[in-house]
Amino acid sequence: MNFSESFKLSGLLCRFSPDGKYLASCVQYRLVVRDVKTLQILQLYTCLDQIQHIEWSADSLFILCAMYRRGLVQVWSLEQPEWHCKIDEGSAGLVASCWSPDGRHILNTTEFHLRITVWSLCTKSVSYIKYPKACQQGITFTRDGRYLALAERRDCRDYVSIFVCSDWQLLRHFDTDTQDLTGIEWAPNGCVLAAWDSCLEYKVLLYSLDGRLLSAYCAYEWSLGIKSVAWSPSSQFLAIGSYDGKVRLLNHVTWKMITEFGHPAAINNPKAVVYKEAEKIPELGLGHLSFPPPRAMAGALSTSESKYEIASGPVSLQTLKPVADRANPKMGVGMLAFSSDSYFLATRNDNVPNAVWIWDIQKLKLFVVLEHMSPVRTFQWDPQQPRLAICTGGSKVYLWSPAGCVSVQVPGEGDFPVLGLCWHLSGDSLALLSKDHFCLCFLETKEEVGTACGQRDGHA
Amino acid sequence: MGDWMTVTDPSLCTESKNLHQYTSETKMSPSSLYSQQVLCSSIPLSKNVHSVFSAFCTEENIEQSISYLDQELTTFGFPSLYEESKSKETKRELNIVAVLNCMNELLVLQRKNLLAQESVETQNLKLGSDMDHLQSCYAKLKEQLETSRREMIGLQERDRQLQCKNRNLHQLLKNEKDEVQKLQNIIASRATQYNHDMKRKEREYNKLKERLHQLVMNKKDKKIAMDVLNYVGRADGKRGSWRTDKTEARNEDEMYKLLLNDYECRQKQILTENAELKKVLQQMKKEMISLLSPQKKKPRERAEDGTGTAVISDIEDDLGELSRESAWGLSCDTVREQLTNSIRRQWRILKSHVEKLDNQVSKVHSEGLNDEDVISRQDHEEETEKLELEIQQCKEMIRAQQQLLQRKAFEEERASWLKQQFLNMTTFDHQNSENVKLFSAFSGSSDPDNLTVHSRPRQKKPHSVTNGAPACTSKLAKSLPASPSTSDICQTRSCVSEHRSSTNVLNIAPEETKANEIGRECTNQKWSVMSRPGSREGCYSGCSSTYTSSHLERDTLP
Repeated sequence: MNFSESFKLSGLLCRFSPDGKYLASCVQYRLVVRDVKTLQILQLYTCLDQIQHIEWSADSLFILCAMYRRGLVQVWSLEQPEWHCKIDEGSAGLVASCWSPDGRHILNTTEFHLRITVWSLCTKSVSYIKYPKACQQGITFTRDGRYLALAERRDCRDYVSIFVCSDWQLLRHFDTDTQDLTGIEWAPNGCVLAAWDSCLEYKVLLYSLDGRLLSAYCAYEWSLGIKSVAWSPSSQFLAIGSYDGKVRLLNHVTWKMITEFGHPAAINNPKAVVYKEAEKIPELGLGHLSFPPPRAMAGALSTSESKYEIASGPVSLQTLKPVADRANPKMGVGMLAFSSDSYFLATRNDNVPNAVWIWDIQKLKLFVVLEHMSPVRTFQWDPQQPRLAICTGGSKVYLWSPAGCVSVQVPGEGDFPVLGLCWHLSGDSLALLSKDHFCLCFLETKEEVGTACGQRDGHA
Repeated sequence: MGDWMTVTDPSLCTESKNLHQYTSETKMSPSSLYSQQVLCSSIPLSKNVHSVFSAFCTEENIEQSISYLDQELTTFGFPSLYEESKSKETKRELNIVAVLNCMNELLVLQRKNLLAQESVETQNLKLGSDMDHLQSCYAKLKEQLETSRREMIGLQERDRQLQCKNRNLHQLLKNEKDEVQKLQNIIASRATQYNHDMKRKEREYNKLKERLHQLVMNKKDKKIAMDVLNYVGRADGKRGSWRTDKTEARNEDEMYKLLLNDYECRQKQILTENAELKKVLQQMKKEMISLLSPQKKKPRERAEDGTGTAVISDIEDDLGELSRESAWGLSCDTVREQLTNSIRRQWRILKSHVEKLDNQVSKVHSEGLNDEDVISRQDHEEETEKLELEIQQCKEMIRAQQQLLQRKAFEEERASWLKQQFLNMTTFDHQNSENVKLFSAFSGSSDPDNLTVHSRPRQKKPHSVTNGAPACTSKLAKSLPASPSTSDICQTRSCVSEHRSSTNVLNIAPEETKANEIGRECTNQKWSVMSRPGSREGCYSGCSSTYTSSHLERDTLP
């Protein structure tokens, strides 16, 4: 595993291009495009204000930079660096901006979610979409980029509109039987749309592409409901994480629950492997003992080495008692992600925040639990193989694969608190993002990683 | 109050008769009765004094009575009745004074005794009445005790029941309280959520108001526009088109096409899955039938098996079904049901069979290893080892034989090739006849495999023979089937096997080494053809691999 040197970054804005050749990063109001292999700066663009959001177009030719404070979006071209495009929303304001799948239209959500303006880079046309809903996940494109589903709210009722992306024609418009629609997501096969209600009501509705309601699912009433939703890449399963600390899997044939995964703090399952992160106590020679410990030593202890140890027998994990009188309490399954081959599901239960649970979807059983010393911030699966990268805000990046797991300290002087991660599409490298810097971690081939861990072989 | 008992002196039995007389006549209160009795006791003394006393003393026995009385009195401590005699011989004179004193004393005594008797009798009566009273009290108290005990038991029982009820109610109360608590928690969390959302919405509303206010006040509106250097071409390079009804219809069409494709895909997947599962089931059924077929069963078991006949008939039914199923293509509901039913039947039979075997094994263990039909585990293992050894040996033998056969074939080939060479070199004129002869000699077998095997060396020859005439080889090439056709044969063979395999899972392993045809066959051709339609290439590669191997073997020849 090799680490590149660290570069400046602001706002955790670091994105690989969809074709895997370039890496875009932001430093305040500048956009830097580097080559992925050499990390040399290829282009440098300057925007008019601090950038809040960047996004590559699907064909990797353009990058949009959104500046919400000024209500501006600037688009840069990789092929023609002198080409420029500036979209000013003016008094309408800007809260969100994204590309359409064809890479030629930009969808801007104005302030107060008054409307979505569709700006075209090819023609002079502008389209407006009224009454978009201000919710967590109100816009979703199908994977093939043909259709857009949009959550709307009119006259205190929720609706979903399906548009054809090629000409922005409204294909279907139907109401959803939800109290307060919070999110919609297309299945990867583009034929089913999942819509779910806010946490006050547990309800998942599944619609076919032509707007027919296929099925509705409700696990329980009254208690807080759905927290997170994820489709499996094969579209066979829909995983629903809820505030009761369980994940329920629906299958695509009957849309009924096939199993539920609980996340108790005490794990008694003998077949599941529990890895606990433990500090490696640095060995001290007798001559070095002094009291109080010198500053260098204290520094070394704070960024001490740690490794995964296999915990045996019934294990109990650290729990966090959520504050009872706050909204959106820190409990329930808040993070869900399927591996790219749909074989594994990684979850995090927010009241056991240090642990990541990995479930084997073939056997529908708990496979591995990884417990860390600090709360898990984010995790992401390798786009090519079942390998999970986790970061907890410390200076380490954690990798798990069925062959074993490893925790790697990010080298460099001083701390590098890893706050975010981003995989390259080939799975060969991983961008680690901290508050002010980022660096690339180049992973060797699969076998190398397996031997580097050496923790447990033949685990699968 | 109770009965008064009278105690009468038995010596006054005559008196008592009189008393009874009196008492029976007068039924008065006890006290008056008593006084009557007293009076009665005293009255007869006065009335019947003569009758009573005359009985003791008469005019004849005065002296005797006096002496008797004197004796009696002196024994009682009274002074003597006689005067003090001056001499012993003279008759003692009765002392009247003494007699009178004695009489008085006796009267006094009598009175005292009567008084005492009275008091004793009254005390007796009192005690008697007390006793009665106490006894009645005792009986009443006993009754009271009984009733109170019964009451207590009754109350205890009630108390127990009430406690039970109480406990149940407590439990219910606890449950209800828990539920209430839970609901309250839910309500609380919902309330916080609502409040949070409300606050958010209110903040947004306020911002909106401010912005509106700002806009209303602000005359100069910032222009909403896009400023672009030049418009970019579309991603797919085509031109943009107008939105018309036609495009709407086209969009609808495309959408339905997508959906239909998806459904068809899924249906295909499900059908293939079904077909595979059915195949597995059929295989299982076949295996189960073969396991349970009557020939394999021991005669003893068959005799024991009450359902033997039923089993046999079931097996026959299922075998018949098997053939029927394969013919029908396994798509109707009835066939599916039949399949599952027959598998269930077979499974039941197998289960009962296994249970029987288990019983037998347990019986054997309990009875010892004296049973003839059941062999001990050790023997069984020894037997299997022996059999395995035999199998190994046979395999080796077969391999050795194959090798020898191959070698022989090579030798023959070599010989023929050398002969050919020699002939080519010596007689140029007799080419045709010779070659035809050769050809006929070699193509004596009608086996296509033989042809394929021999065609290769024929092909090789043009390259290796430098002196040989190209004409002869070309003729040879013409006369022999060229390699494409042999590959055709290979292809047709594989196609045939595939076609067959599309209905069943087959493992074709025809080993064509026949010991008799040593001169003809040289290679073994083992074909493993699986039924999956996607593996056509695998089949071909299988064929070509055998051919390349034979090709390579040819290369090793000098």
